[in-house]
Amino acid sequence: MAFEGLQTETVKFRGHNGDMSEAYFARPTGNKRVGGVVVIHGAGGWDEWVCETTRKFAHNGFAAIAPNFFVRLGEGSADDVAARARNAGGVSDAEVMGDVVGAIAFLRAQSTVNGKIGVTGYCSGGRATYLAACTIPNLQAAIDCWGGNVVVNDPSAITPKRPVAPIDLSANITAPLMGLFGNDDMNPSRADVDKTEATLKHLGKSFEFHRYDGAGHNFLNYHGPGYRLAPAKDGWSKIFTFFGKHLG
Amino acid sequence: MCSYIVMKAALRDSSAKGPKGWMSVDTANVYYDHPTHAPLDHALGIDFINEAAGGRERVAVELSAESARELIKQIEAALANGEREHAIAIAANKAGAEACEYLT
Repeated sequence: MAFEGLQTETVKFRGHNGDMSEAYFARPTGNKRVGGVVVIHGAGGWDEWVCETTRKFAHNGFAAIAPNFFVRLGEGSADDVAARARNAGGVSDAEVMGDVVGAIAFLRAQSTVNGKIGVTGYCSGGRATYLAACTIPNLQAAIDCWGGNVVVNDPSAITPKRPVAPIDLSANITAPLMGLFGNDDMNPSRADVDKTEATLKHLGKSFEFHRYDGAGHNFLNYHGPGYRLAPAKDGWSKIFTFFGKHLG
Repeated sequence: MCSYIVMKAALRDSSAKGPKGWMSVDTANVYYDHPTHAPLDHALGIDFINEAAGGRERVAVELSAESARELIKQIEAALANGEREHAIAIAANKAGAEACEYLT
């Protein structure tokens, strides 16, 4: 069901280490209790598309929150702050997971959220989504959209900020997981997705992966050249069906 | 590639001009990643920053791989031409000075 009325605002919440953080929050108007979704942005930062995506979740009946994971890097345009993050080697997994936990607490404190929480993210936010599914308890669903470096092929990608390959933590996943991937993507490559799929199958996890020909990285994002209409339409349909099933 | 892999070039006595005017820059962050503005999946990005001053402001470019390689060629050519002409000018000045000294 699509809601015609939305309420959107920038909110403050306590994130990693109790730091005051900020997020874009969108929910359907009214008092109906709905599932909550944490939207994890990628390396491009807390940008317009992430906020539009957050509103899209609200329009489709979820209370969605998109934290600014680069909040500690100061103010500025999304791309300038993302450049600072790149210069700093990204933000740490600990900070991102701490902020996700804080955003979940924010959602669960809302009277209009039914207590069921899904996590989703794009690009490096897809990797963070997979990591959240492995490390944050009591999630009801997770959707990894083309998260790179879930499988780590280059040991130099293991850094103090990102000390583990998420795939190595797969045994801890309890929430149903969905993955959306483009077959032309280089990170994650087809071989990476094959490996993740095989690992989840071997562990007996509840998951579904959808892989699209003619699509690469970022195929849901109509702000860039990676956008692909048919995979995007099918992908969004699958996203809302999946979250509808597990967060309703 | 969402990799956060950045090559850093140390710069000395260098400046860049951005929306707020000229600033000293001490670092060029060079990376190949998803661009913000260039209509490409991946682009060669360069952020000129002043790391010593906190690195908050940047002068940025996003180039296609082909354009970046062409730029490298033309930078090398401009340096070679400029340094050759400079050397000729210095030699000419030196010769002129010696001639003046001889005449006086």
